[in-house]
Amino acid sequence: MELPGLFNYWVVVVLMMAGFYVVIEQGNLVKKLIGLGLFQASVFIFYISIGKVADGAPPILGDAAELYSNPLPHVLILTAIVVGVATTAVGLSLIVRIHEQYGSVEEDDIHRADVQADEDEA
Amino acid sequence: MSQPDLLALALLLPFAGALLIALLGRQPRLRDALVLIVPLALLATVVQLLPAVLGGAQPSLTLLQVMPGLTLSFSIEPLGMLFAAVAALLWPAASLYSIGYLKANREKHQTRFHACFAISIGGAVGVAFAANLLTLFISYEVLTLATYPLVAHKADTKALRGARIYLGVLLSTSIGLLLPAILWTWAAAGTLDFRPGGILAGTLDNGLLGILLFLYAYGIGKAALMPLHRWLPAAMVAPTPVSALLHAVAVVKAGVFSLLKVLVYVFGIDLLRELPASTWLFALAAASILIASTIALRQDNLKRRLAYSTVSQLSYVLLGAMILAPLSLLGAALHIAAHAFGKITLFFAAGAIYTAAHKTEVSQLGGIGYRMPWTMTAFSIGALSMIGLPPLAGFLSKWYLLGGAWQSEHYAAMLVITISTLLNAAYFVPIIHAAWFKPADAHSDHGEAPPSIVAALLFTALLTLLLCFSYEIPLQLAQAIPGGSP
Amino acid sequence: MTLSDQLPILAVVVPLLASPLCVLIGNRHAAWLIALLAAVGAFAASAGLLLAQLQGAGPVSYALGDWAPPIGIEFRVDHLSALVLLIVSAMAVWVLAYARRSVEAEVAQDKQTGLYAALLLVHAGLAGIVLTGDAFNAFVFLEISSLASYALISMGRDRRALTAAFQYLVMGTLGATFILIGIGFLYMMTGTLNMADLAERLPALSDTRTIQAGFAFISVGIALKLAMFPLHLWLPNAYTYAPSVVSAFLAATATKVAVYLMLRFVFSVFGHDFAIAHMHLDYLLLPLAAIAVLLLSLVAIFQYDLKRMLAYSSVAQVGYMLMGLAIATPLGVTASIVHLFNHALMKGALFLALGAVMWRVGSTHIGQLSGIGQRMPWTMGAFLLGGLSLIGVPLTAGFISKWYLVSAAIAQGWWWLILVIVISSLLAVIYIWRVVETAWFTPSPNGTAGRAEAPLSLLLPTWTLALANLYFGIDTSLSVGMAEAAVGGLFGGAP
Repeated sequence: MELPGLFNYWVVVVLMMAGFYVVIEQGNLVKKLIGLGLFQASVFIFYISIGKVADGAPPILGDAAELYSNPLPHVLILTAIVVGVATTAVGLSLIVRIHEQYGSVEEDDIHRADVQADEDEA
Repeated sequence: MSQPDLLALALLLPFAGALLIALLGRQPRLRDALVLIVPLALLATVVQLLPAVLGGAQPSLTLLQVMPGLTLSFSIEPLGMLFAAVAALLWPAASLYSIGYLKANREKHQTRFHACFAISIGGAVGVAFAANLLTLFISYEVLTLATYPLVAHKADTKALRGARIYLGVLLSTSIGLLLPAILWTWAAAGTLDFRPGGILAGTLDNGLLGILLFLYAYGIGKAALMPLHRWLPAAMVAPTPVSALLHAVAVVKAGVFSLLKVLVYVFGIDLLRELPASTWLFALAAASILIASTIALRQDNLKRRLAYSTVSQLSYVLLGAMILAPLSLLGAALHIAAHAFGKITLFFAAGAIYTAAHKTEVSQLGGIGYRMPWTMTAFSIGALSMIGLPPLAGFLSKWYLLGGAWQSEHYAAMLVITISTLLNAAYFVPIIHAAWFKPADAHSDHGEAPPSIVAALLFTALLTLLLCFSYEIPLQLAQAIPGGSP
Repeated sequence: MTLSDQLPILAVVVPLLASPLCVLIGNRHAAWLIALLAAVGAFAASAGLLLAQLQGAGPVSYALGDWAPPIGIEFRVDHLSALVLLIVSAMAVWVLAYARRSVEAEVAQDKQTGLYAALLLVHAGLAGIVLTGDAFNAFVFLEISSLASYALISMGRDRRALTAAFQYLVMGTLGATFILIGIGFLYMMTGTLNMADLAERLPALSDTRTIQAGFAFISVGIALKLAMFPLHLWLPNAYTYAPSVVSAFLAATATKVAVYLMLRFVFSVFGHDFAIAHMHLDYLLLPLAAIAVLLLSLVAIFQYDLKRMLAYSSVAQVGYMLMGLAIATPLGVTASIVHLFNHALMKGALFLALGAVMWRVGSTHIGQLSGIGQRMPWTMGAFLLGGLSLIGVPLTAGFISKWYLVSAAIAQGWWWLILVIVISSLLAVIYIWRVVETAWFTPSPNGTAGRAEAPLSLLLPTWTLALANLYFGIDTSLSVGMAEAAVGGLFGGAP
């Protein structure tokens, strides 16, 4: 198991765990979303890195080459990136609305406000 | 009309009646007329079915296939005919009684009451005529659910609590014990049909069959085998017509009938003879009889005393079956009818006393025989029938029960029956004695119960008398049950 | 090239194209109409596909853009997908027929066109998941439907709908990304994304760590989406605070489609030998499903808000489906599929009935619903019917599911599982009966007695769905027949 040869996987793992940790640990909603983006980015890197074929040329038609890198992961990740962008957009708009309603984007403050509202109702 | 058509009609009438009653809620007179007509129509239908079944025919009807290999089907065999006949005979009386009772006590939600009553009878008829365990289970659950609004009728805290216990025990036993038992039977035998001689012979070993037997005995919670009898006293919060229905016609009889059906047509008497578990079940039935009677002795509330008396009497049926002798099985089947007529009379009387005199405790009944002569005469007839004195219905069934025990030299059974007869006397005779021979108490300026109540009372008391004299039809039916002829 | 050849893609494209129309038209009434018509069109397509399957056409393959599989994306219609597609499109029609007055009462006017658009997107996404035969395509449709549902949930009246939607977004995206990772591992080792092709190539690679890890990621990701305990935390809040129409639609479809995806991956792609015999997924699923069923039914009993109660109940019911899956015999998986179908009917009817209550009373808090059985007899009648089906009373659809599930457990000889199923059914009796007692046996608060029923446009869809519970409890030829045929396909080999 050579470290250099598996370098891309290590990068993926580090990013993934960093992103995951941020999502779980952070109370600030915007930062949670950032962590989520980091998590998704690690997956993108994973896909793209496995598409590389040793000694393969970039997958562009026209240049004569005997071996091309795999273009399919690129296509898949473009789709996934779009999904990620949409997720971030929905997430951010939710955060804007939450801020309007609660005055804060900290999870603890929101939770406290909800508990207070429940007690006031009861 | 052909036999299967009559069968379909018998099943349809109660449900169609319930629907019409519900729709006519705004017109009490029409509704009440319907409440009387529909039971009479059912009686007519059932009576028309009788000759064919007595002649040995088994009209049957398959409605549809619910799951592969499992159908919703009905078929009339002698025991089912007996139960259905009892139900059909008593429903008109119960309807007449309930109209009078609800009016006199100014109860609300009368339409809901009558509609649910009708559906309950429909469930009972479904149980009576079920051709396989699935149909039986479906009708059984319809019965449980339809009787809930009746038990919870008064809707005060006590009624709701009682109704919760009622539903809780009945659903826990049916979903928790009966349904697994049925599914196990399905897995083991490959069929759920009721067949003479049973379907379980040679399928599982005796130990497992014993467990299955107990799953059924306790799963059929309506048979009120101790210690799962708690729902019966709890259900006494219901208005008396409901208690009469529960204790005579629909619920308990459905329970004990289903248990008999399972014993005879799923296990088969011969298989039961081989099972060690049969002896245990016998012991439990015996214990149930004696313990319940003892508890009844200590109840001052009349309805509760009658409730525990019912728990005891129901176990007579199980005891009779578990003696596993042909004559005692006969007695068990006859006891379904005998107890029904006697108990309904007793409950009707209790309700009449409550309606006219607002009295609920036994200790308040001094001298009441003179203010309510018809009611107490009927009560006395019912009580003496429960004890088992001739020429009343109870005597007939006890005769056969004892006869079967004697024939198979089952001395334990004879002992149990004797002791419990004494106990029955111990808790009924004081009531009769107080009614006729004790001085009246201070608050006794009331008269007889309203006429419709008294009419119903007398009718059922008459049936109790009649059964002992013209017992041919029930006896013929009972004898046709497999394992039931000498 | 006839219309019937195009049915697979139409089932997805019709709602997908109608969705932006709803927003562009700008008028909320027109948006509703467009949504309803699109749903009806999609339903017609799904009915056509179902009929073809019923007539024994065998798996239908549709190549998108005429690019041949396994390189091109294909839609595969077999018994299982046809059945689940029917559920999704039927529920869309029912919910949209119901939606107009309910949405009018619960959602701000300027958001309504957005709601209908998002609902259609969810519909298109779910239909796509069910029909696709390509693993990555499934991920894409999953995300389409999920994103639209986050938006839908946030449209609830209560401000907690926003946080519920956000929580669902975070957890849902994590789950979907896990699935993506899993698919990546599979692609890495096999070079294909087509499900049928994967099924052929995976057995040879079943000992590699990569494939095993891929299996784990995909399972956990789907488990998050179907709200398997303990990954269910997003569901109660999401269903409680969403608008009634949204709760009804999602409760009846979203988790079902996730269960479908689990079935598809476990049995069709990985296969019984790998997933169950080798990787022992059942050892994980069965205990968790059993706990879910008991614990969550218990929690449901203590909820005061009826929507929250039904939400916890939904998680418990998903537990039943997983139980059937984990038993992993043909009978068990039949039970799972039958319950998938029946639960959509039950929960659909229950949530629609609650939506009518919400419309009339403004709240689904049990404290405000005393005596409501007298005031809204038809609505509560439908609720009762759905509730009886949930308990598993015979003659209702729920009984059929329970029958098959217990039969499967008996066949394995697992008595403890039967005990779990029985106890949880009794727990369901308790929480449904609480509602029955409050609705019919407690008096209405002073001044509110008297009939105040919901309008017909709300009652009709609710009642037809409630009656469907009764129908499919008596005539099981569609549900059980399709389930058994589906099981034949799942256990017989590739999709």
